[in-house]
Amino acid sequence: MMPSFYWTDIMLWALFGLLLVAIKQILADKQKRQQWRQVFSSKTAMAAAIVLVVYFMVALADSIHFNVETQSSAQNAAQTTIQMTPLDMVFSHLIVKTERTYSAPFASHEYSRSIVYDEQGQVSQQFLPLQHVADYFSNDDKSASWYLVKQASWAFMAAVLLLFVFASIHAYGKFVAFAQLHAGEHPIKLPWQTAYVTVFILVFTAVFLYLLSFDYHVLGTSKVGDDVFYQSLKSVRTGILIGALTTVVMLPLALVLGISAGYFKGWIDDIIQYLYTTLNSIPGVLLIAAAVLVMQSIMANNADWFGSSEERADLRLLFLILILGITSWTGLCRLLRAETLKISQIEYVTAAKAFGMGPFTIIRRHIMPNLMHLVLIALVLDFSGLVLAEAVLSYVGVGVDPTTPSWGNMINQARLEMAREPMVWWSLLSAFCFMFALVLAANLFADRVQWVLNPRNNTEK
Amino acid sequence: MFAYIVRRLLFAVPILIGVNLITFALFFMVNTPDDMARAQLGAKQTTPQMIAAWKADRGYDKPLFFNSEQGGIETITDTLFVQESVKLFQFDFGQSDSGRQISADVYERMWPSLAIALPTFIIGLTTNIALALLIVLFRGTTLDRTAMAVAVAIMSISGLFYIIAGQVLFSKMLNWVPISGYSDGTDFWKFLILPVLIGVFAGIGAGVRWYRSIFLEEIHRDYVRTARAKGLSEVRVLFGHVMQNGLLPILTGVVVVIPTLFMGSLIMESFFGIPGLGSYTIEAIQAQDFAIVKAMVFLGSVLYIIGLILTDISYTYFDPRVKLS
Repeated sequence: MMPSFYWTDIMLWALFGLLLVAIKQILADKQKRQQWRQVFSSKTAMAAAIVLVVYFMVALADSIHFNVETQSSAQNAAQTTIQMTPLDMVFSHLIVKTERTYSAPFASHEYSRSIVYDEQGQVSQQFLPLQHVADYFSNDDKSASWYLVKQASWAFMAAVLLLFVFASIHAYGKFVAFAQLHAGEHPIKLPWQTAYVTVFILVFTAVFLYLLSFDYHVLGTSKVGDDVFYQSLKSVRTGILIGALTTVVMLPLALVLGISAGYFKGWIDDIIQYLYTTLNSIPGVLLIAAAVLVMQSIMANNADWFGSSEERADLRLLFLILILGITSWTGLCRLLRAETLKISQIEYVTAAKAFGMGPFTIIRRHIMPNLMHLVLIALVLDFSGLVLAEAVLSYVGVGVDPTTPSWGNMINQARLEMAREPMVWWSLLSAFCFMFALVLAANLFADRVQWVLNPRNNTEK
Repeated sequence: MFAYIVRRLLFAVPILIGVNLITFALFFMVNTPDDMARAQLGAKQTTPQMIAAWKADRGYDKPLFFNSEQGGIETITDTLFVQESVKLFQFDFGQSDSGRQISADVYERMWPSLAIALPTFIIGLTTNIALALLIVLFRGTTLDRTAMAVAVAIMSISGLFYIIAGQVLFSKMLNWVPISGYSDGTDFWKFLILPVLIGVFAGIGAGVRWYRSIFLEEIHRDYVRTARAKGLSEVRVLFGHVMQNGLLPILTGVVVVIPTLFMGSLIMESFFGIPGLGSYTIEAIQAQDFAIVKAMVFLGSVLYIIGLILTDISYTYFDPRVKLS
């Protein structure tokens, strides 16, 4: 079992590393620590952050690929190698257990009738039972409720156990802090109760659904019989990748260009302003669509560049992220330029210049630190917009590869299912729920970050 | 004023040339005419002769930037780049892959786009401003906080869901309006009412939050304090003073959107089967019709630049503090 990483995997883990470095720096700096305590002192921000962390963990769990040897089928004894992520392994029972076609959540039978020939050759239309739903209790209602209670109590126990672990770590941390006596620091009270309740609800739901998924398709199955719950979870990675990595791609562009335009002024400023006005004047979706179209046709003409279809899909995702990044740096760049112009007029920058400091030292020491709040606010604000944009782009046909699991692709398919009679609603609903939870959490967290880090708000309070 | 407008128009020229360069680079350099021909003719049985004929048919057989076969000024002008650019600037978009004139298509499809975008825009704007003022009136209360929570929730839902939910609820289950389609006749409103309402609703979250913050900023100004000190009621302060002054940033922010209304809404039009420019573009993207996409990119940026110029002019017109210089 050798792990292998796709390009997007590497980028996601690199982002994780960056986040860890950032957290370490925040913890080391007293002022930043206070600021972030203030962010988390809001109950909604605390709950939202936990939801975001959980999503990010799912995405990470889906971002290491192991080569696993399997037998493709009983008849064909030849060994084939498939790639699985830890998330796939945990849900491997759902990959194996696919049905023939649509089935509703918790259904025991297929959604539409099929024509059946019985032994006498009689033709009848029946709802066929699902192949992978445990039917040992379907006749007896009592055992069904007993089953639910049993799985719920397991989930409850798991959640309590995890909370106990968290509480112990938390208590230990407090104990250490008490022993060291952070002198002079007035800690802002954090809403730990909210945090515990959120963790409990999330863990309980996750474990409960997971346990049920062994015997049921908790969110139904899609047209080709794939489990929708698993599909939705696989889509988390795509959403997170597009939301988080795009901002990382655009950040260096916006920073370098914005600061140089604002600091060096003159012809550099003119060129950069011209650049972003031009890019800005092309409607975003159209520019992205045009770039993706061109990328698609290059990939079609050079099919030999890519080993497997997974690699191809992954590269397409990477291209999409790059294109989104390249087309969306203009807003932040303009903001940074304006702010740099303002800061470079302030006395301490003039003083630094008078001392003979080089421009790069001044930028690094005096300008960058004063821009960080803008950057951070822009990053968290953009995240939810990008997750939403992914769905729209996939719908238009210029988003991720149709084989890549994503909420946009799920909605796109669901659109065709709307025309069915009776309607197939569950894949749309689960895409909705998973996406809504992520975007809502991101929006709420972004609001709070903006409120705390924006110096203008602090003076009003 | 006149000189100012002319100067602004002149300033737009390099930007349009830049846009043109970007689209040209995307559609002719990264994706060469040979690739286009192969994609269009089908990859399998294409001979070099067929590709050459296809290119000659469209005038794509010229060199990109520099024609060494010609002498004098023609070395520059008899090239693909100049020929294509001149056509674009004359709004002659050429033929689509299906052989239709793009300019004629654009003109025809502009009206359905406007029919849906204009009411959405006007109703949306008035609703958002009215709601925002109402919320500002109740600022700091539970109503304010609830409204803001609802606004964030509305913002967090993808527009695709509003469209699908609206279609299922009002067209499929209640059967009030047709699911999709368009008509030029007297029953046109039947086809428009649902997309317009969905468009308005989907925009409420972000819109109300935005306008609320503008009004809140305004409300801390000195003149508001003066007005209150005069003994004016809060409602009169809000609607008489704050709204008037808050409308300036709103107005200037809104003007830039007006020209782009021609483009319509990509997603909305394609979901509701409205034959506007939005669905035109989506169909072109899905059919990989580069000529149409190229034309729409150019048209979109022209409209955006017109919007920017209009914004500047309206700014100077409505705010006497801003002088044209």
